[in-house]
Amino acid sequence: MDFGFTEEQNKFRQEVRSFLQDEIQKGLWEPTCDAWIQGFDPAFTKRVAEKGWIGLIWPEEYGGQGRSHVDRLILTEELLRYGAPAACHWFADRQVGGAILSFGSEELKKEFLPRIAQGEAYFGLGMSEPGAGSDLASLRTKAVEDGDYYVINGQKTWTSCAYFAHYFDVYARTDPEAAKHRGISEFIVDARSPGLSRIPMTDITGTEAWSDLFFDNVRVHKKYLIGEKNRGFYQVLHQLDHERSGMERIMGNYPLFEAIVQFSKEHKLSCDPNVRSKLAQLRIEFEVGRLLGYRVTCVMEEGRTPNWESAMSKAYSTEFEKRLANVAMEILGPYGQLMPGSRLVPLRGMAPHSYLGSKGYSLQAGTTEILKNILAARGLGLPGS
Amino acid sequence: MKLSLTEEQEMLRKTARDFLADKCPRAFVRQMEESEKGYSRELWQEMAELGWIGLAFPERYGGGGMSFLDLAVLLEEMGRACLPGPFFSAVVLGGLPILDVGSEEQKQEYLPRLIHGERRFTLALTEPGYHNYDASSVTVEAVPDDGRYVIKGTKLFVPDAHIADYVLCVARRKPENGIAIFVADARSPQINCTLLKSIGGDKLCEVIFDHVPVPEAGILGQPGQDWSVVQKMIERAAVAKCCETVGNIQRVLEMTVDYAKERKQFDRPIGSFQVLQHYCADMATDVDGARFIAYQAAWMLSKGLPCTKEVAMAKVWMGEASRRVMDLAHQIHGAIGVSMEHELHFHTRRAKAAELAFGDASFYREAVAREMGL
Repeated sequence: MDFGFTEEQNKFRQEVRSFLQDEIQKGLWEPTCDAWIQGFDPAFTKRVAEKGWIGLIWPEEYGGQGRSHVDRLILTEELLRYGAPAACHWFADRQVGGAILSFGSEELKKEFLPRIAQGEAYFGLGMSEPGAGSDLASLRTKAVEDGDYYVINGQKTWTSCAYFAHYFDVYARTDPEAAKHRGISEFIVDARSPGLSRIPMTDITGTEAWSDLFFDNVRVHKKYLIGEKNRGFYQVLHQLDHERSGMERIMGNYPLFEAIVQFSKEHKLSCDPNVRSKLAQLRIEFEVGRLLGYRVTCVMEEGRTPNWESAMSKAYSTEFEKRLANVAMEILGPYGQLMPGSRLVPLRGMAPHSYLGSKGYSLQAGTTEILKNILAARGLGLPGS
Repeated sequence: MKLSLTEEQEMLRKTARDFLADKCPRAFVRQMEESEKGYSRELWQEMAELGWIGLAFPERYGGGGMSFLDLAVLLEEMGRACLPGPFFSAVVLGGLPILDVGSEEQKQEYLPRLIHGERRFTLALTEPGYHNYDASSVTVEAVPDDGRYVIKGTKLFVPDAHIADYVLCVARRKPENGIAIFVADARSPQINCTLLKSIGGDKLCEVIFDHVPVPEAGILGQPGQDWSVVQKMIERAAVAKCCETVGNIQRVLEMTVDYAKERKQFDRPIGSFQVLQHYCADMATDVDGARFIAYQAAWMLSKGLPCTKEVAMAKVWMGEASRRVMDLAHQIHGAIGVSMEHELHFHTRRAKAAELAFGDASFYREAVAREMGL
């Protein structure tokens, strides 16, 4: 057992910190919560790419650095800690690139991975539909074969990063006769495809980070099928294990955590035993979340795909985030209701923003209820109903 | 960053688990709880021969030369088995403080005898009325008298004092008023031990020091000690208790999941009902969180890294997580879980005792707040 990092790893962490601190000092961007999904900054993505920090763990032959999962943990932990605007490349780096690497043809790997690593190909996810959320296998978007192409018709909703994406990772039904989870395929769809339209959605925090996507006879060449036809559902489960594997849900609101502790000290609120107790409790719960997240990385480092481990980590962390936002709002009192941009707003409005956003974290990428089902079934072997 | 055990630690864990499964069945736990002594001399001797008592002590005293982290692995297995007896008090409360603070002469005098199973130790720290673990809570006095010291006062919740050979007493040395740790002979007629009936079935004692004489040489290490020395003992005891509790609640989780798979109601295993599945998921999260936060503190301690905050975080989490785990375990077990015939109650009661030992959640939450600079 070793809870520490090597000298090299510590140096890398310091390198990332210095880079981010330097950028903040230069006024290039401001730390915000959930910047990984709401902070779209193509120039920042380019600068990160130039450091070789996109696709860090991918093989060098595809433009990656061939580094370890622990290194990627350190990198992402710091990007999140500093609230860096990494949204353009986050999904490609975190999961879609990995999906292409795991299941894609050699041609697809060569076409996309280097460009993702260079900060030139942004991806959004086309999974959920109005009628298919937790029950993703019930999706209805269709992909019908027509010569060398598939023709896609349907609608995706809650498509992350849709406004900026160059490509979408889309799941569509290719065999309507088969059992629902056995008839789905995975495609890369160019965002500029004729017939593909996007309508932005505004979420409860007031952010346009998602869109509805409409597919009207969108033609996709067969070479953009990822993996095997009709194996898409199994592929997406694998991808979701990775989507949940990161430190986002424990670190995504770190800027708020740091800010409310600092605020309490500066305004002498931390003399109040109640405030002390609540902040100390948050710190302890944060530590557990951090360690559960680290365990997921250790599983990946051992060459395994974390499933119940990621489920546990994400379910725990999203509940933590609700408590973090609640405590921050309590400490701020009536000032906590002031939104970003308001006169007199404390902490740049991070508290109410996180409070509202936290209603969605325990839903996206697997609701807490689904995750606990996974933990029970796959982690503990409890029988299905 | 490696959260799994080394091969050596895995072997230790497995050996300990097998040995205790054999030598410490629930019938034995029950028997020891009901007996006054609370331990078996034969088993104590066997553990000495296995090298368990001396595991974390240097080889030159007859120990195994292993680390505190290795000891934590062993303590976890003991927690899993609900092992009764003075292992924790003799090793963690007696031996390790002597190793830390004692003079070379004292180490030579006490440690080999401890390690060979010949002598037992405990630590008398808590006093009546006080719920703090800081220097101000020490009022027991050691007054100079004719070339030696005489200890006066009452200590509470002293584990296994009634069977110890030596009691390490944290007292205030007069007239300087500094803190000192006195090694008192437990057989002194001036020491009065009364067994308290405690929820954990562990043998906690009220110990009255009625003018107990201790020679000058009986002061552990230097006469004028910083409270930080005692704080370190408390922190180590707290972490050790956390690691022991990890074993306790891990076993509770396994037991509960097994029960949920076996027990049928409404023509199906109760573990197929979603609410119980979610309860088990919550338990697993609490147990894994406890494991990592406890072992992180143990790792830092064994590396000699300052870890006041990490110990405090672990102790707070353990107390509350173990309570949640026990509550859900009882819900899932239904009526059978509240029967004394069943084994769940051993775990429930020990978890509560552990929660209260060496400082509770309120105490340590405030410690975390201080460490955060609040």
